[in-house]
Amino acid sequence: MRRIRFSPRRQVSAVALALVSLLAVASCKREQRRFRETPPSATAANLVTMSELQPGPSVVQAELRNPYEDNAYAVSEGKRLFDQMNCSGCHSHGGGGIGPPLTDDEWIYGSAPQNIFSTIVEGRPNGMPSFRGRLPNYQIWQLVAYVRALGGLQGKAVRTTRDDHMMYKESEQARDKGHPSPTFVPPTSVKQ
Amino acid sequence: MSSSQLSKSLGPTLSIVAAGCSGFQSALDPKGPRAEAVAKLHWSLVTVATVVYIIVISALLYALWRANRRQNPGNADVHHETPEQAETMKRGVIVAVAVTVVVMFAFVFASVSTGSADDRLQGAKPLRIDVVGHQWWWEVKYPDPDPHNNANTANEIHVPVGRSVLIKMTSQDVIHSFWAPNIAGKKDLIPGHETRTWFRADTAGVYRGQCAEFCGHQHAKMAFYIVAEPRVEFESWLEKQRGEAEKPTDSLRLTGERIFLTGPCAVCHTISGTGAGGTTGPDLTHLASRRTIAAGTLPNNTGNLAGWILDPQGIKPGAKMPPTRLEPQELQALLAYLENLK
Repeated sequence: MRRIRFSPRRQVSAVALALVSLLAVASCKREQRRFRETPPSATAANLVTMSELQPGPSVVQAELRNPYEDNAYAVSEGKRLFDQMNCSGCHSHGGGGIGPPLTDDEWIYGSAPQNIFSTIVEGRPNGMPSFRGRLPNYQIWQLVAYVRALGGLQGKAVRTTRDDHMMYKESEQARDKGHPSPTFVPPTSVKQ
Repeated sequence: MSSSQLSKSLGPTLSIVAAGCSGFQSALDPKGPRAEAVAKLHWSLVTVATVVYIIVISALLYALWRANRRQNPGNADVHHETPEQAETMKRGVIVAVAVTVVVMFAFVFASVSTGSADDRLQGAKPLRIDVVGHQWWWEVKYPDPDPHNNANTANEIHVPVGRSVLIKMTSQDVIHSFWAPNIAGKKDLIPGHETRTWFRADTAGVYRGQCAEFCGHQHAKMAFYIVAEPRVEFESWLEKQRGEAEKPTDSLRLTGERIFLTGPCAVCHTISGTGAGGTTGPDLTHLASRRTIAAGTLPNNTGNLAGWILDPQGIKPGAKMPPTRLEPQELQALLAYLENLK
C-alpha cells in the first residue's frame, strides 16, 4: 500500500492547528459560582442619590455596576429570593398586583442597577418595604440581577426559564429585550 | 500471588466489609419491620446470586477444559459429538433457561412484596409527621388538630418506639429522597406533590439518615436523625416542642434577642413567641435542644454555632444562609440567646 506523505510545511501547519484547537478547549470554562462573597459594593446604598441636583460644586457620580450583571447563577438565586422574600406577594412573579408589574416598560423609579438596588434597600412610598439590614448586599445585587431579567434587561443566555407557577406572559427567556423608562409623574399633574 | 498472601490480604478486607454491615447508618442492621424486610431481601438476593455465580463459573471452566481437550490431536474421538451428547447439551441449555426465568420471576415477586411491606403498617393508627425537603435541610412538623399545638423542628425526627409512623413528604425546591437505612427504605420528596411512607422503630436509639437523591451542591451534607425513644420520653419531648421559646431574662440574652429580631436572622427564621416568623430557614424555637446544626453537618455547640452564623459558606459552600457581620459583643449576646432556646 502506498503511504501518503505530507510535506514538512503541511506537518507544521497541522501541529499549529492542533495547538490552536487546544486553546479553544480552554475557553470551555464555565461561569464561576462564587459562594463565599466579600460583600460587593458594601457602601453602594449610600452612594446612590435620589436627585442629580446638589449644593456646592457639582460632583460627577461614578456609575455603579452590578457585579452580577449577566451572571446566570446570580439571576437564579435572585429568582429564589424573589419568592422567599415575598416580593411575589405584591409584584406577583413580575406580573404586578398590589405592587407595579416588573415586566412592562414603565418603571417608576428607574431600571438601572443602582436604582433598583436603592429601591430595595430604602423602600419606596406607598408600600415598598425597606430591606436595609435585613439582607446582605450581595443578595440584594442578586435580586437586582433577577429584577432586570424580568424586565428583559439581561442577556437571554442568563435568564431563567423554568417556572412552577401559572404563566401570565411568555417565559422570561422568550421575552424581547425591554426598554423601561422612569415614568414618575407628580400625582397632581395627572388630571390637568 | 500465593494463596497464603491472598488470604492475608483478603482477611482484613472482608472484616472491614463485615464491619460496614452493623451500626450507625446501615441497611444491614435493621431496627424496624420495613428495614428488616429490605435486609431479608438483600440477603436472599446475595445468596441466590452467589449460588448462580458458582454454577455459571463452574460451567464455564468445564467448557474451557472440554475445548482444550478437543484441540489435543491425541483425542481424535472427541472431535465430533455423538447425537446423544448433542441431545444432552440441548436439554441442559433448556433447563438452565427455565431455571433462570423462574429465579428472575421469584426476584420480581420478592422485590414487589418488600416494596409493599409498608402497606401492612397503615392499619395501626399511625403518628403523623410532615417532612418538607429544602436545599439542604429537612423541615419536620408534628401537626395537631388544634393548630396551637403544632410543633415545628428541623433535621431531627423524634418517634416513639413500637408505634407506626406515617410521614407525609413534599419538597420546596428540587427532588430529595428520605432515607434512614436502619429504619426503612428510600422515598422521594417531590415538589408540588405529596408522597407518603410508613415505618416503625422497634429499638430505642439514634439513627442517622440522609438525602439519597442528588439535589445540588450540599447534597452530601443533608442529613437527619431519627431519635426513637420510649413513649413517655417522646410525649414530654413533643410537649416541650409545642411550647413557645424560652424568654430571655438577663440583659445579655435580651440584647441577643434584639439583635436576632432587628437583624437579618428574623427574615428567614421563626422563633415562636417573638416577632420572628420567617419560613425560609429552619425553625429555631428550640434550637438548643437539637443535636446538630446545618442538617447534621456539625455538633450543636457554641463554637460551631458561632462559626456557622459568621461564615456558613466556609462550612457548607453554596448553603442558602448568607454570612452575617456582627461585632464580637453582638455575637456573644446572640449566642447566649440562642443557646438558651432549649
